[in-house]
Amino acid sequence: MSNIELLTNREYKYGFVTDIESETIPKGLTEDTIRLISAKKQEPEWMLEFRLKAYRQWLTMKEPRHWPNIKYPEVNYQDVIYYSAPKQKVNKASLDEVDPELLRTFEKLGIPLQEQKQLAGVAIDAVFDSVSVATTYKEKLKKHGVIFCSYTDAIRDYPELVKKYLGSVVPVGDNYFAALNSAVFSDGSFVFVPKGVRCPMELSTYFRINNQESGQFERTLIIAEEGASVSYNEGCTAPKFDKNQLHAAVVELVALDDAEIKYSTVQNWYAGDEEGKGGIYNFVTKRGKCAGRNSKISWTQVETGSAITWKYPSCILQGENSIGEFYSVALTNHSQQADTGTKMIHLGKNTRSTIISKGISAGKSNNSYRGLVKVMPKAEGARNYTQCDSMLIGSRCGANTFPYIEVMNNTARVEHEASTSKISEEQLFYLQQRGISQEDAVSLIINGFCKAVFRELPMEFAVEAQRLLGLKLEGSVG
Amino acid sequence: MLEIRDLHASIEGKEILKGISLSINKGEVHAIMGPNGSGKSTLAKVLAGHPQYVVTKGEVLYEGRNLLEMPPDERAREGIFLAFQYPVEVPGVSNSQFLRLAYNEKQKHLNEEELDPLEFKDLLKERARIVEMDESFMNRSVNEGFSGGEKKRNEILQMAVLEPKLAVLDETDSGLDIDALRIVAGGVNKLRTPENAIVLVTHYQRLLNYIVPDYVHVLAGGRIVREGGKELALELEEKGYDWIKNMGTERSGAVKEKSFMEELQEL
Repeated sequence: MSNIELLTNREYKYGFVTDIESETIPKGLTEDTIRLISAKKQEPEWMLEFRLKAYRQWLTMKEPRHWPNIKYPEVNYQDVIYYSAPKQKVNKASLDEVDPELLRTFEKLGIPLQEQKQLAGVAIDAVFDSVSVATTYKEKLKKHGVIFCSYTDAIRDYPELVKKYLGSVVPVGDNYFAALNSAVFSDGSFVFVPKGVRCPMELSTYFRINNQESGQFERTLIIAEEGASVSYNEGCTAPKFDKNQLHAAVVELVALDDAEIKYSTVQNWYAGDEEGKGGIYNFVTKRGKCAGRNSKISWTQVETGSAITWKYPSCILQGENSIGEFYSVALTNHSQQADTGTKMIHLGKNTRSTIISKGISAGKSNNSYRGLVKVMPKAEGARNYTQCDSMLIGSRCGANTFPYIEVMNNTARVEHEASTSKISEEQLFYLQQRGISQEDAVSLIINGFCKAVFRELPMEFAVEAQRLLGLKLEGSVG
Repeated sequence: MLEIRDLHASIEGKEILKGISLSINKGEVHAIMGPNGSGKSTLAKVLAGHPQYVVTKGEVLYEGRNLLEMPPDERAREGIFLAFQYPVEVPGVSNSQFLRLAYNEKQKHLNEEELDPLEFKDLLKERARIVEMDESFMNRSVNEGFSGGEKKRNEILQMAVLEPKLAVLDETDSGLDIDALRIVAGGVNKLRTPENAIVLVTHYQRLLNYIVPDYVHVLAGGRIVREGGKELALELEEKGYDWIKNMGTERSGAVKEKSFMEELQEL
């Protein structure tokens, strides 16, 4: 008989609600809703056209309910608020003008926005419900030619850049949730690193959902011109509500010749309670295009929250010798469900990709890796290495691996390794016999299991990720 | 230091220990010998608190406290160390990271100073000499890819770092070639002090040439069937385990001869 059984999770410490006056629009989604959002954001006509085009496509599409390995009740898209903003509507130039309640909220989340209180060398864009409320170090970055601002500001101040790249990696009709996002997205972050510039600081966006009825539909666009490089991080939390909230984001990355983009995520949305009540539905489309020669895009994700995660950060390897990487830790506990992985599409010659996925399932959760490696006819000499490991804690959870490999060029080399393991009683006993408590032992084993991914994260994020996994599994063995 | 009284223990409903009584004082080295399946390793694991074994009867006092009530990690922090017969691999966790965590847990427990990674590195370097282990082992994952002999040396290294009061070495000699055996035994001898006690669980007398015990206990069928000084091990080596079968027991009252004979045949 196994002694490894599930108990409880520690309180979700980000579950508080900020009491703030918000401006929200009525529930429901029609063309008028979209016109209203666009008007509120004082957008140009071309932006409204983009949204309406996406909306019309969305109406003809079906939610992908069959192929992902997730189960959830029907989402009523008319029962969602598509725009909710604190009274302070715009991203202020000076923090002195930002609502102190918002500053306090982010401080409580461990993300102080006052520059002097921050980690040195990290610039932050803070997104609260539907809007970006503050962006730090904007001026300092501008001196280096780096643009880091809210999407709303980018549409107003850099329309030519936005027009050129918006929807260029994730077309409006790409999938159901991407189409929905394209129609209603309200804000997000915009990054532009010009030719030859190495971004002098880590960039970071912190997403917070506060309103119980509203979804969050943000977009991120990162462009690295020839020879540019940037490291970008995102974090996310939400209050505890009994109801599920919808989060449908789109992230587009573009790397030109010799450019490099490193994108790291630590996702800790509210996961719902033990019985699966409440929590975020996280339906996210993330894709990067290695458009130039020798370019590189690297995704690192640590997914620990959300009731449901549906997410496949991908790379289109178009430029010759371009490199795509995907490092992922996905942890599910209690009733969480995750169907996550990546797509590596090899178009150019000598393109290379690496996929390292670590899935950890506990409780009665279900955790699936789904990955596509596709080598197109012209991708002479393409190479992929995939390693996909699952770890089970207890006997009521599930882990699945769904690899899809399509190779249309016979010079390609594609490797796939997969393993499934359990934390064994012997392993726990061994560590305990050395004086390490059972919970620390679980944490140690899990962190060891995830090492290949954690070492890809920026230092502060790696520490945070390790701590988070420990907390998430606290009491999961007893 | 350790007082075992009429200890009975079973695994999955099958009784393995059928009344063990044993007393160990500080400064002593005890050897527990016996044929395969006699319960030697079970005794070692029960002392360490392995969750699969259930104590059905008897008691164990460790420094006057009821050992059986303590969870395994507390026993360890209180100074009980088990060198595993089959050390476990922990992928992705470096040997030094693991050892520092274990060391600091003990220090914390004793209200003594914890060491940062640099300080600990020095300590580890010094202790590694005891078992002639190369520094490169410290950055490798715990036991992962170690040969059988390296794993056993790593166990003794852990003992050297944690400095237990009571060390139980479960078949530490098995699978070692003669050079490795000499290194491991030499390490254990260096760690022997008047303040600690060592229990050697072994099938063969060979190890006892290097680590000389004060007492030898011979187990069969879950009971102690003979006890004596170091010369008992030699006698056993010479005559083989069949010999105990013919001798029965010299512990009066501890074993009924008939049932003991039956059990031996079951083996």
